[in-house]
Amino acid sequence: MISTTDQFPPTSKPSESVNGVTVRLAGDSGDGMQLLGSQLTNTSALSGNDVATFPDFPAEIRAPRGTRAGVSGFQVQFSAEEIFTPGDGLDALICMNPAALVTNVEDLKPGGILIVNSDSFGEKDLKLAKLDKNPLEGDGLEAYRLIQVPMTKLTRTAVAETEISTKLADRCKNFFAMGLVFWLYGRDVEPTLRFIEAKFRGKEDVSSANRLALKAGWNYGETTEDFASTYQVPAAQLEPGTYRNIMGNQALALGLVAASQLSKKPLFLGSYPITPASDVLHELSKFKRYGVRTFQAEDEIAAVCSAIGAAFGGNMAVTTSSGPGIALKGEGIGLGLILELPFLVIDIQRGGPSTGLPTKTEQSDLLMVMYGRNGESPLPIIAASSPADCFNVAIEAWRVATQFMTPVFILSDGYIANGAEPWKIPKTDELPPIEIDHPVADGTVFEPYRRNDDLARPWAIPGTPGLMHRVGGLEKEDGSGNVSYDPQNHQKMVNTRAQKVRNVANAIGDLEVDGAQSGLLVLSWGGTSGACRTAARACAEQGKSVGHAHLRWLNPFPKNLGEILNRYDQILIPELNTGQLRLIIKSEFSVDVEGYNKVQGKPFAVSEIVEKINSMLT
Amino acid sequence: MSTDLPVLKPADFASDQDVRWCPGCGDYSILAQMKKVLPELSIPLEQIVFISGIGCSSRFPYYMNTYGMHSIHGRAPAFATGLKSSRPELSVWVITGDGDALSIGGNHLMHAIRRNINVNIVLFNNSIYGLTKGQYSPTSKVGHVTKSTPLGSIDHPLNPISVALAAEATFVARSIDVNAKHLIAMLTRAAQHKGTSFVEVYQNCNVFNDGAWDYMKDKATKADNVLELENGKPLVFGNGEKGIRLNGLSPEIVSLKDVPVDDLLFHDESCADPQLAFLLSRLKHPHFPEPIGVFRSVERPTYDDEINRQVSHATNEQGKGQLSDLLSSGDTWTVE
Repeated sequence: MISTTDQFPPTSKPSESVNGVTVRLAGDSGDGMQLLGSQLTNTSALSGNDVATFPDFPAEIRAPRGTRAGVSGFQVQFSAEEIFTPGDGLDALICMNPAALVTNVEDLKPGGILIVNSDSFGEKDLKLAKLDKNPLEGDGLEAYRLIQVPMTKLTRTAVAETEISTKLADRCKNFFAMGLVFWLYGRDVEPTLRFIEAKFRGKEDVSSANRLALKAGWNYGETTEDFASTYQVPAAQLEPGTYRNIMGNQALALGLVAASQLSKKPLFLGSYPITPASDVLHELSKFKRYGVRTFQAEDEIAAVCSAIGAAFGGNMAVTTSSGPGIALKGEGIGLGLILELPFLVIDIQRGGPSTGLPTKTEQSDLLMVMYGRNGESPLPIIAASSPADCFNVAIEAWRVATQFMTPVFILSDGYIANGAEPWKIPKTDELPPIEIDHPVADGTVFEPYRRNDDLARPWAIPGTPGLMHRVGGLEKEDGSGNVSYDPQNHQKMVNTRAQKVRNVANAIGDLEVDGAQSGLLVLSWGGTSGACRTAARACAEQGKSVGHAHLRWLNPFPKNLGEILNRYDQILIPELNTGQLRLIIKSEFSVDVEGYNKVQGKPFAVSEIVEKINSMLT
Repeated sequence: MSTDLPVLKPADFASDQDVRWCPGCGDYSILAQMKKVLPELSIPLEQIVFISGIGCSSRFPYYMNTYGMHSIHGRAPAFATGLKSSRPELSVWVITGDGDALSIGGNHLMHAIRRNINVNIVLFNNSIYGLTKGQYSPTSKVGHVTKSTPLGSIDHPLNPISVALAAEATFVARSIDVNAKHLIAMLTRAAQHKGTSFVEVYQNCNVFNDGAWDYMKDKATKADNVLELENGKPLVFGNGEKGIRLNGLSPEIVSLKDVPVDDLLFHDESCADPQLAFLLSRLKHPHFPEPIGVFRSVERPTYDDEINRQVSHATNEQGKGQLSDLLSSGDTWTVE
């Protein structure tokens, strides 16, 4: 439903109904493209579309203005159908400067709408973008519907009545662009008007200027002859329920709070700032009234160690980071493993090695979290498949951690962390509680490493009379937990810890296949789920025998994985790394596996996977 | 004080594990004094947690019948911070050594101290790596010949007390392993202080660095080499015959035959300004007697109090958070 206001009357131009639209907004890092993108996402989700987003920004906070390195982009697909990715080819591209144009235009579909701020194509702008000639002149852009809008001038005129400085006025031009895009796709401006009011409270002139710019953009679409019609994307047929738009790191934070409440364990987060994980720390630090304690540690090591200290004390302990930080935490995680304490280690992956590509996505930490510790040190690993899935993953990981008394890894990535999608808000009374038993003294000798059927040891916490015991990184004697250098005991403890992690397979359910049960199987994990599912379905629609299975648990694997793999003639594992899951699958199962691998800091396009599937089937 | 608390004896604090330090190690005395201090604090066994890093000293928790964690090298203050922040009612002790606290764990020591987390840190300083069999440590003197410094150490040593003061410590003390009465007094003061208590203990490693602190212990030399700090009292040593006074900004040794006691420097452990404590920390053998006692004891909000105050404040102001409200916060829409 599109509601309009007096200020933003419904269009009188013809409106074309389309199934879905992919739009990218590109400009300088300082141009407010991320803000524009998140507003477009929000309003599209509120109008009932299915939505998926891909923000893409440089690592520098303020990269040199106007340069190609400083281009910040935000892609959003909104659709009347269920979608799993932010889209491949663009239907529309909005460019605020020449650098944004040259670095993005190749993704625009032929015939696609190309809106540019023509005021920012002066000689200086072209030089900053390292262009010899103006791309708006000549025939280089003939394939597109180029619409040149003098946004800077129009915005200045629109906000003149507020008498704000030219500098401030120019910062309103993203709202002008927003007004135009909102008009073009019949988006509701109401949520954005509320946003402006809240964001600029106390700065009435700026607030009013942004409103005026938004309105000017809207009116420009309505009055100019550049646009013959608008586009309407009807609401998607989503499952009934109440929805909100959610980003991956937000969903993760909410999932952690939910897990804390479901298990009645106060949440403790030990964390150190790192891109792209910091937002989890920011979110959780706001949730104090939910009993959440956040500790910004002096370094990554202290972050994980503080979490282990809190876990020893009976809290729901969590540490969050990205690849470089997880590498630093390795020794601490190993201690947590031998202490057999439950806590969560969350790795929001980014491009590596080393500092790598901090703001770009990659799936290249799988082998590190699987094998990157000294000694025999297996741990359960679960990976989120989409922004909203982060909520479920947090709860599931904590359930396993406490049932089996082990640290559990959660893998997410930059694409999931900053991407957004509609999330059907779960009814809290339908979320099953997480039962946790702490032992109390019963008169017998307490044995901190005596195990139950799952091979989990008791979680006896300080403050419990009669259960005083010492834990530590030295090998434990089975049962008593005393330090032991006995050869047979070490063998037994290594085997037991490994078996305990294998036992997790009893608690995670079977792997399910979407589509064909034989032929070619696309096997995915993590954030590539959406592209793989869309590609597999597209091939199946063409009558090909293609199925898709998505692994949530990477360690242990679901029990029926081997059986499923054996059913197919061909197996394809697309990954944003050089073949890490493929390596594990090949070493665990005697099957031939083909990889499709990319490390460009970008998610897969659906078309890339479709092409790969087709090449395997011919 | 509650009367139904069981009366604990030192033996109640001994775990069932055999103590495995080398015979003659200074650690035995520290363990014995700790077991005498704890019963006097009226804290039940189960409320006490010892956390250590790695090194000889860090085996300490295994020998205490309390909760304990023998963690990883240098990180004990970080484990203690997580535990104490989330379980502020517990009495948390960190046991560490000169290598553990000042080399691999220097960062965590500094940050625990500046946060003023209410834990007690006891640093066993033997100026050597014992467990790895005799390499020089961050407190070894220049020229110290060890397995890894056959031609003598060229590293300038750290002064643990100065480091703690520079990290904004609120309680700093020093004692000696075999000076049982003094060590008991210092550990007791540390336990009573609210905030991070840092206690350096001169501890003898009789295998790899024997006699390092003999000048502080031998009957013949200790009077001239030990300056026992007493709050509000003048800095007197050498059997009451010598004192320390300020000459400009520098301390100097004077004879009390020539100088009246009132001219001496007087100790003030609660001085808001850490300059005096820092000056005292710089008094080093053989130029000066070395102080033992409380260098500094001041009050400042503790990290564990503050983190929990923010949680309870938010809960009181905004009400206890309901999960359903949290999940459906922000803009929502309903699909029929």
